[in-house]
Amino acid sequence: MNNSHRPLWLLAELTYACPLQCPYCSNPVDYASHGRELDTDTWLRVLREARALGSVQLGFSGGEPLVRNDLEILLREAASLGFYTNLITSGVGMDNDRIKNFRELGLDHIQISFQAPERELNDYYAGSAVFDHKLSMARAVKENGYPMVLCFVIHRDNIDRVEDIIRLALELKADYLELATTQYQGWALINRDHLLPGKEQVEQAERVAHEYQNRYQDRIKIYFVVADYYENRPKACMNGWGRTALVVSPDGTALPCHSARILPGIEWPNVGNHTMEWIWESSPGFNRFRGDDWMKEPCKSCSEKSVDFGGCRCQAYLLTGDPSNADPVCDKSPFHHVILESTARRESAAEPDQTGAMFFRNPKNSDKLS
Amino acid sequence: MGGKIEKTMIFGIASPYRLQWEDAQDSYVLLYPEGMVTLNRSAGEILQLCDHTSTVSEILTQLGDKFQGADIEADVLEFLEIALARGWISNE
Repeated sequence: MNNSHRPLWLLAELTYACPLQCPYCSNPVDYASHGRELDTDTWLRVLREARALGSVQLGFSGGEPLVRNDLEILLREAASLGFYTNLITSGVGMDNDRIKNFRELGLDHIQISFQAPERELNDYYAGSAVFDHKLSMARAVKENGYPMVLCFVIHRDNIDRVEDIIRLALELKADYLELATTQYQGWALINRDHLLPGKEQVEQAERVAHEYQNRYQDRIKIYFVVADYYENRPKACMNGWGRTALVVSPDGTALPCHSARILPGIEWPNVGNHTMEWIWESSPGFNRFRGDDWMKEPCKSCSEKSVDFGGCRCQAYLLTGDPSNADPVCDKSPFHHVILESTARRESAAEPDQTGAMFFRNPKNSDKLS
Repeated sequence: MGGKIEKTMIFGIASPYRLQWEDAQDSYVLLYPEGMVTLNRSAGEILQLCDHTSTVSEILTQLGDKFQGADIEADVLEFLEIALARGWISNE
C-alpha cells in the first residue's frame, strides 16, 4: 500500500445533532431517521484501528461535534495516538473553559464556520442568533494559541460579500480562510435554485479573493473552492474514491465521502461489524469506484481521468441517474446540459423570496423530505 | 536565492506545523490544519534537527557525521532557505 491508497484523512462525524439549520448542510436530508449514534468505546476502537492503518489527520465533525459529551475523551485518545486533531465546529456549544481544556487535552486546530460576515445574514442562514458568539469564540481560539481556519460556505446571498469575509478573517487573525463553494447535494441540491450564484458573481468573487490572496499571503492563506457549475471539467472529488478519505458517520456507517450513502446498490460497511482494515481494503463499497475499471465513456478513454477521477460520483448519480457516468460538470459528458440548464435558470430567475423559499435543515424538514 | 541563511541562526518548526515520523509512510511528515506534507528522507533528516536550540553550524556537523563527511552544506542551506520561505521553520 502506498500513499495513493491510504486513509490519511479520517472524518469522524460524531453526531447529526446540530443547533444550527443551514440550508446547505452536507448531512443527509433524511438524517432524522438514521440509527443510534456510536458509543464511546466503539469510537475509541475506530480511532486506534484507523491510526494503525496510517490515518493521521482526524476531523471531529458532525452535525455539531460539541454536542457529544464524550468529545473530551475521544480527543485525549486521538492526541495520544499521534493524530493531528481538527475540531470542525459552528462554535455553538463552546466557551472559554472548553477551548482551554481542549488545548490541554492535545487538540491541534479549530475550524469555525460562519454563515456570513455580518449578523443579520449570518443568523438568517444559521436559523439562530449565533453571530456574536461565533465572533467571541474565534477570538478565544486565537487567544489560546490555536491555529484557526474560518470556513464560509459560499452561495448567492453572501458571495458578493467576499471582501467583507476576508476582512473579518484578517481581523479575527485566522490563519486560513476557506471560501467553500456550496456543493449541490443533499440539502443544498433541494435549495439549489436559491443558493446558486450567477456566473458574474462567481467571477467577481474569485477576482477579489485572488487579489487578497496575493496581498496578504504572509498573514492568511485563502482557499477558494472551485465553483464547479461554472467549470467545464469536474473537481477531483475527495481526491479520488477510496484513495485518502474515510468518513465514519454517526451511526457507524463507513463511507468514502460524507454523501456517498445516497448511491444506489451499495451495502455500506458499519464499524460496529467490521474492522477498519477490512472496511478500507476489502469492503465492496470502498472498492466500488476505486481505480478506473468502473468508468464508462467519456471517462474511460479520457487523458484526464487520472487528474479528476471522473469527478463526483454523487453528483453524477443525482444529476444523471447513474453514478458510473462522468460528472456532468464535464463538457464531454452527454449530460452536461443539466448543468447548463440550472445555471441558465439561475441567470433568468428573479430574486428569490427571502422569507420562505428554502428548506432549512432541521428534524421537521428532514422528516418531511425523507 | 542565497544569503538568507547564516550559520549562527537557530531554527525550529514554525507554528502551525508539526513534524512527525509516520511508520505507515516510512517518512517524516509536516502536519498542519487539515493538511500534510510528506517529506523525502533528506528533508526529514534536516527538519528534525531544527529543534529550537541547534545552530545551522551544529546541524551541518551532525548531518556531516551521519553521512560520513559527504559535501552536503550547499544542499542543506538551500533546503533551509526553501523551508523558511514556505513557513515550515522560523528563526529563533
